[in-house]
Amino acid sequence: MPIRLCGKNKTTTPKRETTECPDNLCVYMAQAGYLLDGLFYVTISAGDINLESIGIMSTPKLELRNVSKTFHANGMVVRALENISLAVTPGEFLTVIGPSGSGKSTLFNLITGLLEPDSGEILLDGVVDVVRAGHFGYMPQRDLLLPWRSVLDNVIIPLELRGIPRTDARTRARQMLPMFGLEDFADSYPASLSGGMRQRAALLRTILTERDTLLLDEPFGALDALTRRELQDWLLGLWEQFRQTVVFITHDVEEALYLGDRVAVLSPRPGRVANMLAVDLPRPRRRGMIALPQFGRQMSELLESLGVEV
Amino acid sequence: MDISLAHKQQKHPLMPAAPRWQVWLPILMLVAFLIGWEALVRLSNIPAFILPSPGAVGAKLANVVLNGTLLHHSIVTLAEVVGGLALGLTVATVLGYLLAKSVTVERALAPYLVASQAIPIVAIAPLLVIWFGSGMFSKVLISALIVFFPILINTIAGIRGVPADLHDLMRSLRATRWQIFSKLEVPASLPVLLAGLKIGATLSVIGAVVGEFAGANAGLGSMISLADGQYDTARMFVGVLALVTMALALYGTVTWIERRALRWQK
Ligand SMILES: Nc1ncnc2c1ncn2[C@@H]1O[C@H](COP(=O)(O)OP(=O)(O)OP(=O)(O)O)[C@@H](O)[C@H]1O
Ligand SMILES: [Mg+2]
Repeated sequence: MPIRLCGKNKTTTPKRETTECPDNLCVYMAQAGYLLDGLFYVTISAGDINLESIGIMSTPKLELRNVSKTFHANGMVVRALENISLAVTPGEFLTVIGPSGSGKSTLFNLITGLLEPDSGEILLDGVVDVVRAGHFGYMPQRDLLLPWRSVLDNVIIPLELRGIPRTDARTRARQMLPMFGLEDFADSYPASLSGGMRQRAALLRTILTERDTLLLDEPFGALDALTRRELQDWLLGLWEQFRQTVVFITHDVEEALYLGDRVAVLSPRPGRVANMLAVDLPRPRRRGMIALPQFGRQMSELLESLGVEV
Repeated sequence: MDISLAHKQQKHPLMPAAPRWQVWLPILMLVAFLIGWEALVRLSNIPAFILPSPGAVGAKLANVVLNGTLLHHSIVTLAEVVGGLALGLTVATVLGYLLAKSVTVERALAPYLVASQAIPIVAIAPLLVIWFGSGMFSKVLISALIVFFPILINTIAGIRGVPADLHDLMRSLRATRWQIFSKLEVPASLPVLLAGLKIGATLSVIGAVVGEFAGANAGLGSMISLADGQYDTARMFVGVLALVTMALALYGTVTWIERRALRWQK
């Protein structure tokens, strides 16, 4: 398999291309990197092949290999995803962007086991696991709060389902409410919450799954620009603190760049990984970085791979 | 909380709040109606076995309350009604759940369930009394039969109406079947189910009375048909009054349960 070695954070500008596999690299190949146009990409520090220092040596938290999914609904055949390969390293914040209908939500439904892929395999911590439900903190595209439960009782659902007694679960969740700005709304029903509060409640419910991998499907999609930015910074703060592995779906190019370590771009239906971009911004992220020249450059690159004229 | 209340109050900004005295309007209406009725009976020469005066009905009511007859018959009918409601509710919700969850079960049973609704309960009530005797059990059955269908339909609608994405959420959290049932399906379908129970509550009274008409030795229905035979029309009025009260009380109870269980909807 041809491999392309890329400089760190320069995924799209290959430093070296090789058709033979260096011995020490082959070992890791199966575990990290991704396929694009028949080439296997590995990100390394420019010059030296110190894979460990850039986290490639560790087994990916989550990996998809050649995953395809086609829907058959009332006589229509919808090819939602085609040959998706992705690897997410532990502690990484990967954002996924793509046009509507490119199969982003389907991707999560496959990962969480709500759907099975037609072909390809999904690996968790390097192993193919048939029962994938319960391994992730999954936040669906709609907040899906249960209208008959108060905010507090909504967020404890993951704990409750694991058999933790309600009173214990409530005590545990109550301590988290201030961090999510929900302390005054513990006993309110979802119907009386604002959109931003509902998203935060759904996010807290996701966090309380206490899984180290979070799958967030457009968590801020339905919010106004101001609230959205506020929650982005708040989420980054949260992530900096806990360092879960995050896969974050978004429609918003700026959001994808501002939050992610890498951005995966899906093509229009059938969804494929059209581009994989390592974000050229330091951590912790600050709002001002949006004004940096590399931000603008990467933004145009993303827009271009999304097929938008720049 | 305050905000939502303020919002509620502004719901009908064009309708001025009703003056306090209007609360008494329905009662005033009743008093006027009773006076008119009494006057009608006194002024015209309608015989008491056709239309007794409110006074006569009142006297009869006092009579049957004091000698315990009314209580005796009411308890019998109430037991039949509650029994019928419980039986009908249990069978309808269990069957409704199975029908809602399994297309196979639905295909197998749906034609018969629909056809069963074409049978007039009044017509098969005597048959059930022949088969199961003139005791309370046949009335419980008839009452259960009459409440069965609306509760069944509402159970199916309720369970089918649980949004698919909530099911997905529960599955992604690895909920067990029992957890999905108790923490999602039951609470999510409760509003529709309780609406069905409300209809069932009033129907169950009708069922018990129909059964008692078909043959019984106790109960408000049998008290009415006995009074009918004796041209004791005042006693019939008392019986009807007691039945209306019972139906209203049941309806009120379900409404109360509904209000408590569905507080989140307010
Ligand atoms: N259960 C399903 N049955 C049939 N078709 C489906 C199903 N789920 C998704 N699809 C189809 O697959 C395609 C991808 O859907 P998906 O929801 O994954 O897109 P998306 O990228 O999340 O879009 P959006 O950005 O609008 O949320 C769509 O054309 C959709 O109609
Ligand atoms: Mg989607």
